[in-house]
Amino acid sequence: MAGFDKRVASYEEAMEGIEDGMTVLAGGFGLCGIPENLIAEIKRRGVKNLTVASNNCGVDGFGLGVLLEDRQISKIFASYVGENALFEQQMLNDEIEVVLTPQGTLAERMRAGGAGIPAFYTATGYGTPIGEGKEVREFNGRHYIMEEALVGDFAIVKGWKADRYGNVVYRHTAQNFNPLAATAGRVTVVEVEEIVEPGELEPSQIHTPGIYVDRIIQGTFEKRIEKRTVHGN
Amino acid sequence: MALTREQMAQRVARELEDGFYVNLGIGIPTLVANYIPEGMDVMLQSENGLLGMGRFPTENELDADMINAGKQTVTARPGAAIFSSAESFAMIRGGHVDLTVLGAFEVDQEGNIASWMVPGKLIKGMGGAMDLVAGAENIICTMTHASKHGESKLLEKCTLPLTGAGCISRVLTDLAYLEIKDGAFVLKERAPGVSVEEIIEKTAGRLVVPDHVPEMTFVQ
Repeated sequence: MAGFDKRVASYEEAMEGIEDGMTVLAGGFGLCGIPENLIAEIKRRGVKNLTVASNNCGVDGFGLGVLLEDRQISKIFASYVGENALFEQQMLNDEIEVVLTPQGTLAERMRAGGAGIPAFYTATGYGTPIGEGKEVREFNGRHYIMEEALVGDFAIVKGWKADRYGNVVYRHTAQNFNPLAATAGRVTVVEVEEIVEPGELEPSQIHTPGIYVDRIIQGTFEKRIEKRTVHGN
Repeated sequence: MALTREQMAQRVARELEDGFYVNLGIGIPTLVANYIPEGMDVMLQSENGLLGMGRFPTENELDADMINAGKQTVTARPGAAIFSSAESFAMIRGGHVDLTVLGAFEVDQEGNIASWMVPGKLIKGMGGAMDLVAGAENIICTMTHASKHGESKLLEKCTLPLTGAGCISRVLTDLAYLEIKDGAFVLKERAPGVSVEEIIEKTAGRLVVPDHVPEMTFVQ
């Protein structure tokens, strides 16, 4: 790979270096904007004992849910774990450690991780089980709990378009956690629907500047819809 | 008669104001979008990262990349903005959302809310609810007044793990509209045909009953 050319030729190359016990930050919300081919490559490699941070854990048989089938995930930071029977079963059997994390706190923990901020204070979760054992401070008469940043050995991200410099734009609400995860990976891998020529993406419209991105690959996507709701329903 | 889900949504919609940014939770709160008064402009915020949620798509408009926080396919209305989940929760935590409507399992007289887990039975997670109740000044909680077995959900003290402490000041149930003030529920309105006695009976927390409790009215 020369200079700033972040493109890799295969999914195998895209996930080169992932090992047992690593932490992986994943973009996506529900099944929207998930790096489905990068997840498939992690499954193919069979790495185990992963710690994953993602808003959800996919559904049975799709998204991060496929990594549950071979028990590849031992710990997960997530805000919502419904719609996934296998997940619920592994959680109730203590086969997977679940750190339920409020959605905004999870997003901010990734953002902070990428921005070099080790921790922050938030009112979210104060006075609830989420706040238990965490440092509490009072600012202007209100209580806040300290939450720590999240950084991943890998970040796996789904974009819409990218150039070879690793500049990425996301499409509609498939943005969600993707730009946050992208900043917080020691190795950030982005799969996109289309790699375009440098200059085609308007610089002021870039969501994730290439400095955060290590590897780019173009893929094809199933883009499964979780809840199909149409006008007139 | 207890309010229907649709009537609950209609009652909540009366709290909307022109120019409000509103976050609607899943369930009854979602239905509020159907009762935005004619001529009033309200922007719906969806916490995955959408401000200006529109109606559901037609078959032709259906797009896997365009969903709301309930993971339903939606559209963006003219004037909408789309952003990351961090930006979305900056709006929420930063107090920029004018009104939040969400459901609950229990609410107590101190304004505590429990809505995200039933130990040993149901663990789905809190999603954005903890951020929403921590960030919003103006929250309406919608729920049934009592469980199917007749147990009150308006308590002296929540029994389930909390979503937020001391953050709820307004509750709409299928029987009544109440405010929470100085450690008590204050009965403001009752559902058509529901007696004050029934509400007293089904409220476990401290209840203040004014001399006159108006009945809600609904135009068909």
